[in-house]
Amino acid sequence: MALIFDIKRYAIHDGPGIRTTLFVKGCPLRCVWCHNPESWSPVPQRLYKQGKCIGCQSCVNVCPQGALHLTPEGIRPTGKPCILCGACAEACPALAMEICGREWPMEEILAEVEKERGVMTDSGGGVTISGGEPMMHPKTVLPLLEELGRRGIHRAVDTTLYAKPELVQEYASRCELFLLDLKTMDSAVHKRYTGVPNELILSNYRLIASLGKRYWVRIPLISEVNATEDNIRASADFLSSLPLRPEVVDLLPYHDIGKGKHERMGTTYNPEGLPLSAPDGRQLARCENILKAAGLTVRIGG
Amino acid sequence: MKNFSIKHPENDGGMNPRIKRLRKESIETPATLTIERALIETAFYKENYGKYSIAVHRARNFYEICAKKTIYIGPDELIVGERGPKPKAVPTFPELTCHSVEDLHVLDTRELQPYHISQEDIDTYEKEVIPYWKGRTQRERIFGHVSKEWEEAYHAGVFTEFMEQRAAGHTAMDGKMYTMGLLDLKEKIARRLEKLDYINDPKATNRQEELDAMSISCDAAILLAERHAKLAEEMAAKCADPVRKAELEKIAATCHWVPAHAPRDFQEALQMYWFVHLGTITELNGWDSMNPGHIDQHLYPFYKKGLEDGSLTYEKAKELLSCLWIKFNNQPAPPKVGITARESGTYNDFTNINIGGIDRDGNSAVNDISYMVLEVQEELHELQPGLSIHIAENTPDDFLIEGIKVIRQGHGYPSVFNPDTYVKELVRQGKTLEDAREGGCSGCIEVGAFGKEAYLLTGYLNTPKILEITLNNGVDPLTGKKIGLETGDPRSFKSFEELYNAWHKQMIYFVELKLAANNYIERMFSLYAPATFLSLWIDDCIEKGRDYYSGGARYNTTYIQCTGLGTITDCFTTLKKHVFEDKRYTMDQLLAAVADDWKQEEPMRLYIRNHTPFFGNDDAYADDIAVRVYNDLVSAIAGRPNTREGKTQLNMLSTTCHNYFGQMCGASVNGRFAHFAISDGTSPAHGSDTKGPTCVVRSLGKLDQTKSGGTLLNVRFIPALLRRQQDLEKFGGLIREYFKLGGHHIQFNIVDAETLLEAQKDPDNFRDLLVRVAGYSDYFNDMTAQLQNEIIARTENDEL
Repeated sequence: MALIFDIKRYAIHDGPGIRTTLFVKGCPLRCVWCHNPESWSPVPQRLYKQGKCIGCQSCVNVCPQGALHLTPEGIRPTGKPCILCGACAEACPALAMEICGREWPMEEILAEVEKERGVMTDSGGGVTISGGEPMMHPKTVLPLLEELGRRGIHRAVDTTLYAKPELVQEYASRCELFLLDLKTMDSAVHKRYTGVPNELILSNYRLIASLGKRYWVRIPLISEVNATEDNIRASADFLSSLPLRPEVVDLLPYHDIGKGKHERMGTTYNPEGLPLSAPDGRQLARCENILKAAGLTVRIGG
Repeated sequence: MKNFSIKHPENDGGMNPRIKRLRKESIETPATLTIERALIETAFYKENYGKYSIAVHRARNFYEICAKKTIYIGPDELIVGERGPKPKAVPTFPELTCHSVEDLHVLDTRELQPYHISQEDIDTYEKEVIPYWKGRTQRERIFGHVSKEWEEAYHAGVFTEFMEQRAAGHTAMDGKMYTMGLLDLKEKIARRLEKLDYINDPKATNRQEELDAMSISCDAAILLAERHAKLAEEMAAKCADPVRKAELEKIAATCHWVPAHAPRDFQEALQMYWFVHLGTITELNGWDSMNPGHIDQHLYPFYKKGLEDGSLTYEKAKELLSCLWIKFNNQPAPPKVGITARESGTYNDFTNINIGGIDRDGNSAVNDISYMVLEVQEELHELQPGLSIHIAENTPDDFLIEGIKVIRQGHGYPSVFNPDTYVKELVRQGKTLEDAREGGCSGCIEVGAFGKEAYLLTGYLNTPKILEITLNNGVDPLTGKKIGLETGDPRSFKSFEELYNAWHKQMIYFVELKLAANNYIERMFSLYAPATFLSLWIDDCIEKGRDYYSGGARYNTTYIQCTGLGTITDCFTTLKKHVFEDKRYTMDQLLAAVADDWKQEEPMRLYIRNHTPFFGNDDAYADDIAVRVYNDLVSAIAGRPNTREGKTQLNMLSTTCHNYFGQMCGASVNGRFAHFAISDGTSPAHGSDTKGPTCVVRSLGKLDQTKSGGTLLNVRFIPALLRRQQDLEKFGGLIREYFKLGGHHIQFNIVDAETLLEAQKDPDNFRDLLVRVAGYSDYFNDMTAQLQNEIIARTENDEL
């Protein structure tokens, strides 16, 4: 069983070839720009999309707990405990209510993956485990990776690397490729924007590289966080100093798609109001050039 | 092989000044109607009808037109010949259907796709043309014959009829014209005539009439070419510019040589094809005009020879090919009669160029001309011709990727076909393996054995409408008229099986109505409209001494095109799940909701939209029903005899008819609103596929497509998914995957909704926005608002 909140097919931005990406729930980081905040909590959650709600109260009427009621602001919790039974989501005509995250039995996951096998293998693709943080669920994800490997399916793990080195090693031995973020080299900034410092992450980078494991790096470029010359130069120095360099570095200019997702969860995007903005074209080009000058393969918008 | 690279559309690329000028002229010249053909023909009929056998009469009529029509050679042209007296002037075909004065006024002034005509011409038409044809047109013969039941079903939008206004078409050529000229064919005809046995062959006289007519048709086309040669010579004599003078002299020499003889060089080969094309579309107004077939295979030997002997360069060949492309665009489709012309309004006459694929031996046929065609298509991006790339398992990836680069430009072409599947389709229908491999698609998605088959498309069948009639016990709820069988009050049905069987019975009833009329119509074309010029080019019309429309072709197929598979499947799953299994709604509740167009039942409608297994999601619940409906349609249609010793087959195509059919349907139980388009081809219904393109192709892959003569899958992609080289490769992987699953065809609309909305608001700035409709491309601005909205509503893939 694995707690999965989404399966994306024809995923063309999560590693080589056409991939099937499994999103597991639960993450130790709280990146303010995160576009998957529903992945943070390691338990299922009820999401409510007010824009879709037609106010029919089907959810209110079926809820066995009386946990919901209609207010002028739409459907809101009454305060009585939700048991995540899913009756509201099943009853909602408009898909405004959703239970995010479900325990998938391994056979069911494999059956979904097998359907995609043809297109995955022909295109040199495979499965990507993303999240959330796949390393938060070793008991379910490691056996899944092992089984995928046994079936000859290419495996990529999209991880924050915020995990114990022993665990990273376990994952490394069960996948072909890591997809890694490099947020900022400044640990204090890292902590302010993601909730955790970066020392553990950087040391895991060294570990992976020393294991000879292939990896791709993505840098979500945000002017206030990392798109400065100093930081990018430090990132370039760091990556090029590793015993194995990344196969590619993708630069992803910041966008605020995460905003809408917070609304659905009833939470607030960037609650402390930290400054966030996308780099302009010149800044972007400068970052690209610095990384290229260090001998790295760089793509924009990967 | 040269490594060609497709250029950005804003960059005119390799278009030289001549091609730029010709293209501009072609695009900017408005479509007009010419009454010249009708006047020549009417005078000829008045004077001669009854003097000869019909075949000879038709051939002499064709000769008359070739002898008298205005000849046009425009500045800059290298390939010459127009159907009308000038570019984009479209003749009428009163022997098939005669436009009324009112029709002509409507065509002249209508907002979309007007065909301009002067008042003087309308007056002449009224005086000289209309009176003679009253009661003598094919259309009147057809409508005078069909049963009341057929007519009621036709007017209710249960099916359409292709041949009430146009001759049956879907004709594509093999390579014989590049090795045999019309004089060679005349010789062949003469030998065949000598062998006729008037004592033991009771059909010998019929054969003689047809062969004589074919021979006259050869003379007609040679005369047409000679008239072009003569004009070119006259122009050359007067031409002060030595460069143009030489060009005109070359044109004259070319027209003296082809089509009388087989072509010897690249220019002659193109001009040969163009005369054959012109002859065919002048003789009759066949659907899908005419198609050169595997043009890359046909032209390559001339290209190679030209490069080797130094008479040709890559640039020169491309310029000549571009000149031919402009000729295609100069021939808008002949307009329909009737004020609304609701079924399909477009200038597109559906010439669909086939490139790539395989040769007669099954080897990859991709060559330098295949790439050159891609480049020309991409640079010119005109409305016509359309383009399809053929991707077999052994087709190189390079070619697929170059094709995808053109797809990415968002002009709506090329569409992508799978020879590995359609060869099986054609072999299953009885073609030899080699003839099948030489086949391909003409028009939209229908396939045939090029140069050897007469495959007539007869009209679309509205399968969701048949369900609507079933759910109303034989009554069309839009009119209250009983037009179908009484298959029982659905409220009394105890099981899904009972409902399905009622639909099945109703479907057979309508299919048989259509089949009966089809056979009559085919017979009328055989009797009154033999195509004696086209018959020259289709094996084995000369050997058999029989016309293209009378079983002369080696293979003779009749098609009924079924539409709405996605919509009807979703309707069935809705009824099965919510009425018969979960009993969430009663049949009565659902029927009341659709009768009221969901006005009081939005929550029910949304619930159905969001909580029903629909076709296109790789979900067995829905896909099994789609397969069942499809198989039952195949059983009802495929294998029924036609009048030409061939068989009727089914294909799954809708062109734009899913819009017309949608207009003719009330709301449907799958949550579709009244009059909204039904699903096109075999595509999932609008918004029903929510799991991405890999699930769509797997759902479609469950249909045994080899039982059809073609299926159509429309997928919208936004450009964002095709930005990088690796995206193109992945996109190619998706196409390959579908084809491995047995897919016949897939096409893509590459454009974002925002652009389309903008185009709707500001049409002037989007004049050249071409989008894929269904089997062809059209200008977005030329579409009705309804069709525009439908294109916008088609499932976006940007959230994948």
